[in-house]
Amino acid sequence: MPRHPRLHADHRPPNGLRNAMDYVLLTEQFLNGFQLGIILFLMAAGLTLVFGIMDLVNLAHGSMFMIGAFVGGTIAFVTGSFVLGVVLMVPAMLVIGMVVEVTTLRTLYPRDHLDQVLATFGLILFFNAATRLIWGLEGLVVPLPDYLDGIVSLGFGITYPVYRIVIIVIGLLVAFGLYLLVGKTKIGMLIRAGASNRTMAGALGVNIPKLFSIVFGIGAVLAGLAGLIITPITQAAIGMGEDVLILAFVVIVIGGIGSIRGAFIASIVTGVIDTLGRSFLDVVLLLFLPANAAESAGPAVSSMLIYILMAAILFFRPQGLFPPKGAG
Amino acid sequence: MGELGKPANIFTALVLVIFALTPIVAPALDESFYVIVFARFMIWGIAAVSLNLIMGYGGLISFGHAVYLGIGAYTVGILAFHGVTSAWIQWPLAIGVSGLVALVFGAISLRTKGVYFIMITLALAQMIYFLSVSAERYGSDDGLSILARSEFGVSFFSLNDKTTMYYTIFVFLLASVFVSWRLVNSRFGTVMRAAKSNDTRVQSIGVGTYRYRLTAFVIAGMMCGIAGLLQANLESFVSPDMMSWHRSGELIFMVVLGGMSTLFGPVTGAFVFLMLSEILAGLTIHWHIIFGPFLVLVVIFARGGIAGLLTRRADRD
Repeated sequence: MPRHPRLHADHRPPNGLRNAMDYVLLTEQFLNGFQLGIILFLMAAGLTLVFGIMDLVNLAHGSMFMIGAFVGGTIAFVTGSFVLGVVLMVPAMLVIGMVVEVTTLRTLYPRDHLDQVLATFGLILFFNAATRLIWGLEGLVVPLPDYLDGIVSLGFGITYPVYRIVIIVIGLLVAFGLYLLVGKTKIGMLIRAGASNRTMAGALGVNIPKLFSIVFGIGAVLAGLAGLIITPITQAAIGMGEDVLILAFVVIVIGGIGSIRGAFIASIVTGVIDTLGRSFLDVVLLLFLPANAAESAGPAVSSMLIYILMAAILFFRPQGLFPPKGAG
Repeated sequence: MGELGKPANIFTALVLVIFALTPIVAPALDESFYVIVFARFMIWGIAAVSLNLIMGYGGLISFGHAVYLGIGAYTVGILAFHGVTSAWIQWPLAIGVSGLVALVFGAISLRTKGVYFIMITLALAQMIYFLSVSAERYGSDDGLSILARSEFGVSFFSLNDKTTMYYTIFVFLLASVFVSWRLVNSRFGTVMRAAKSNDTRVQSIGVGTYRYRLTAFVIAGMMCGIAGLLQANLESFVSPDMMSWHRSGELIFMVVLGGMSTLFGPVTGAFVFLMLSEILAGLTIHWHIIFGPFLVLVVIFARGGIAGLLTRRADRD
């Protein structure tokens, strides 16, 4: 597996150990964690929708993250406008997602989870190879426009990159939009009907295959959006979606599979804990370990932190924190 | 068993004969390269047999099984790094640590079912993967070279001899199939298979399936740990990549390809899967463009794997 750039830039100053606990850094890292949480949410929302409604385990969701980054990034490069890249990525991913659904995933709905895992695993291999064939091994650097590239002061001596704030705002808007879409619109009503009882909804005249295609398309757009907006920070790389995919699995397991609300809360919690753990765990460990032990155990334990969290939550609540009502 | 004339069984026998004769035939054909390649295939075969134990017979889809390969291998690697090269210490410890990790992971993940189980086994394995990536002392991403193979302290048996290494792996492969044959046909195996088809019913007649599943999970983990320690010795190298989730996915595929819940299925599955990878990778660096869709097609059209295909063909004739 190629080495991926971390999803979150390390802001830690070199002498971080001594003054790491000060509130400026804490706030910055908290915001970084929140921003990671937003990215996770965009991934987890599509994953949990697809799973909740179609009962489909879709590993290829990670590929949508990657394709969104490469397609959107290329559009941004060709047109010279990052915003245009984001805007045009939406219909592109909608189409790509629906094509994948119609050609492959549709045959997998009646199959068991094992078949779904394997077939979508095959899809990942294909998409990674195809991306490598088209864009080459080096990946893609997507520069930010100047007006997004600055740093803004948040008061109290705290400064923060504008673009990360933009990511947070986009994510919150999408979360709100999803809430409206699922809760208040006709298509949302159909989605909920399909989720709670697919057969009955079909019997009442809902075009289930079409509904599934649309839901899958929406999921692909959300994943693509996540991949594209993180790219100016990390750059687009082959297989970039896979680590995020597994984190998103952790998120939806914690949140309760099928629950968008659970996915949102669990995403933010996971993002914040992971980021704060990476920044401050060695300091915390210093309280009860000798310095050299704390320094070497810190990175190891912090990379395991969210998995330990997941294991703990599942130990007490095997269905996750917010299992959706009525889902089996 | 018994129906030796069936095409699936003929194919199995063919694979075993190839494995058995390679160190003799390959050098004669000036293709010594295949000795290492097939040794590697057999190690994956052992890992696949161990996965089949819980996945094929128990219905437990573990998406993190490669982690035990990594743990077995890293135990050998780390001990060797600290100067402990005796196999009498390394091997029991590698198997023990694999079993212990399987016990903890199994205890957590077996509380859940279905897709939760798949994702949790994946996430737990990923945790160990990242642990190995962050272990700077032991090479992080770049892996850890093992300077000396496991030593048995006797003159007539050394893993530095290529043929000895090869046949040691071969014996372990046969042993793993034998162990799973004994297990599957015991009372234990009956409970496992019964729990796979109807967990609630088995529990309602008073058999606690959790204990049985956990035991199977631990045995499978230890068996895969053996594959790991053999791999560490064969390659003289361990790296986090050995337990990346790609490897776990490939393991599942080998089992499915060969035919789940068949004794030798995982062995032939590993053989076909790796042989095909080897051939395609020789054609182009973009071989996954062919291999990926091939896997999708196998899932869609060839449920039951090779054993299923060959059996169906035979039934039609």
